[in-house]
Amino acid sequence: MRFGIFSMALALGLMAIGLFFPWMKTIGILGLCYGLASLGVALPARAGQVSFGHAMFACVSAYAVAFIAKAFPHWDGVVLIALGVSVSTLFAALLGLFMVRYRGIFFGMLNLAVSMVIVALLGKLYALTGGSDGIRVDRPTFFGLVTERSEFETILLGFMLLVSLGCGWFYQRFIHSASGEALSGLKTNETRLEYLGLSAHRVLWVGYVISGFFLSLAGAVFALAQGLVTPDMGSWTRSGEFVFIMILGGINHALGAFVGAGIFELVKLAASAYMAGVWQLLLGVTLLVVIVVAPEGIIGALEKRKSKKQGDPA
Amino acid sequence: MNLDTLLLGVADGVSYASLLFLMSLGLTLIFGVLGVLNIAHGSLYAFGGYTAASITSFVMRHDLASTPMLFAVLLLAAVIVGVVMGLVLEVGLLRYFQNKDPVLQLLVTFAAFVIFEDLQKLIWGTSPYSAGELVTRLGTIEVFNVTYTTYQVLVIPCIALISYLGLNFFLKKTSLGKQTVAITHHREVATALGINAKKIATLVFVLGAVFGALGGALAVPVSSLSPGIGAEMIVVSFTVVATAGLGQVTGALITSLMIGLARSMAVYVAPEFEVAMPYIIMLGVLLLRPNGLFTVAQARRI
Repeated sequence: MRFGIFSMALALGLMAIGLFFPWMKTIGILGLCYGLASLGVALPARAGQVSFGHAMFACVSAYAVAFIAKAFPHWDGVVLIALGVSVSTLFAALLGLFMVRYRGIFFGMLNLAVSMVIVALLGKLYALTGGSDGIRVDRPTFFGLVTERSEFETILLGFMLLVSLGCGWFYQRFIHSASGEALSGLKTNETRLEYLGLSAHRVLWVGYVISGFFLSLAGAVFALAQGLVTPDMGSWTRSGEFVFIMILGGINHALGAFVGAGIFELVKLAASAYMAGVWQLLLGVTLLVVIVVAPEGIIGALEKRKSKKQGDPA
Repeated sequence: MNLDTLLLGVADGVSYASLLFLMSLGLTLIFGVLGVLNIAHGSLYAFGGYTAASITSFVMRHDLASTPMLFAVLLLAAVIVGVVMGLVLEVGLLRYFQNKDPVLQLLVTFAAFVIFEDLQKLIWGTSPYSAGELVTRLGTIEVFNVTYTTYQVLVIPCIALISYLGLNFFLKKTSLGKQTVAITHHREVATALGINAKKIATLVFVLGAVFGALGGALAVPVSSLSPGIGAEMIVVSFTVVATAGLGQVTGALITSLMIGLARSMAVYVAPEFEVAMPYIIMLGVLLLRPNGLFTVAQARRI
């Protein structure tokens, strides 16, 4: 509960920062997209399955937005997002049928393999996709409003904050629902889950589709905010960053992904200013430290401290 | 596609497959014994290649570049990189995560890979490296009226084959090798029988690392290295290992050939699909056989 109130305060704070420091708006939107994407990666991770290719759903959704925007230049931004997300979530649902049969390393690397195929094709089919230069997405109307760049970003930031709160709320509801608990059960003991009469494939599939949905949403908004889609959006480094944020924040509460994304963006900002060449090195070392010191992430560590203070054995 | 291009494709494919096999060999060996998919294996390939290029240019500058010397340089680079980085990774890092969740172990090697990626850029910069001298020295060879470089069509495949036979000899005929196989079957029982699992794990990791670095070192004379090569190779060699079945040495050999040939054929038939070819093969195979082509049925451990 406390985390929930904290999340809302954080959202209001971020909106205020966006209004007072306009240059922070883009960073805010992109940061929220990273957070939402990591929240998506966290769902299969609850079942013990870490994917190194989930950025592909953000990428597919972003390209869907770009293609539709090119074909129908006058369609509204909200419609574009809805269509992009639908296409990509459908793709996740289909791919999920295949992926849920694999566990552990196979799951992680198969997702990676599919994402590599997509990135490779997006880069090579130049006539259709513009190759590695990508496709420009012109600023559409949003809720029917014709806007300047600055206003557009303010609206998009507000929209993204609401979407993030909504998805976070949904994540919390889901992980404590029967399906969500079954998903965690998959990590603990898959055989027992099957003995309870639940299909492990089906349980993981539901998690996979929701996870794909979160990533698609993040990708669609990302495309509009950046005004450009490139194959890079689906690259393994991007997927790795999502996994990194997830580990950093922790998967026990939806807030974790967003706090992780916030820290990630700040470190990136600092690194680009002071240590441009060793950004990845910094990332790797941080990841190692987090794994050793707080394997449950920041949220997990906070929860542990709280329960220790109250003398709660759980 | 006429016969000449077909033959050319086969030669290209076999040489690429040999490099891929060396990488996959190390990867599958390490997985068999430690149960870890070593993502940092891609860095070994890259470091092996860069080190070989650096030593080659050093040797050339000091006028020591006889042909055997150039060849020895490649092997030397692989051994140095394999031993140093293998020890750093196994003794310095992975050992502490032995009994942790496999996902965490995977993330640890991922972190190591990311760190190495930047170290590599710090040491060698971002401009491409290559060292083609050895290929020119060894000249060309003519088979069925098509001219190839000797290096690609003879040297690389031979080294891959020697590595394969040598490893098989080691695993089947020597005491140390048999102990290694025992550990892959069941680590606890092997330890109970008096096998020093810790020592063997280090040994095998270093051996696997040398194979990975050797792949990179052998690639340097025929291709140029640039940042990102490590990531590309680890993913493709994982594709090989997964298609063959984790821990299958002979399977990795056959699958490497399959993927190498498919890829080089795609260059002539459908160039857009060249890069995607290995993954398409893997997805097809895993759809039909979820545990890989050559995996034998395993007793379930509860």
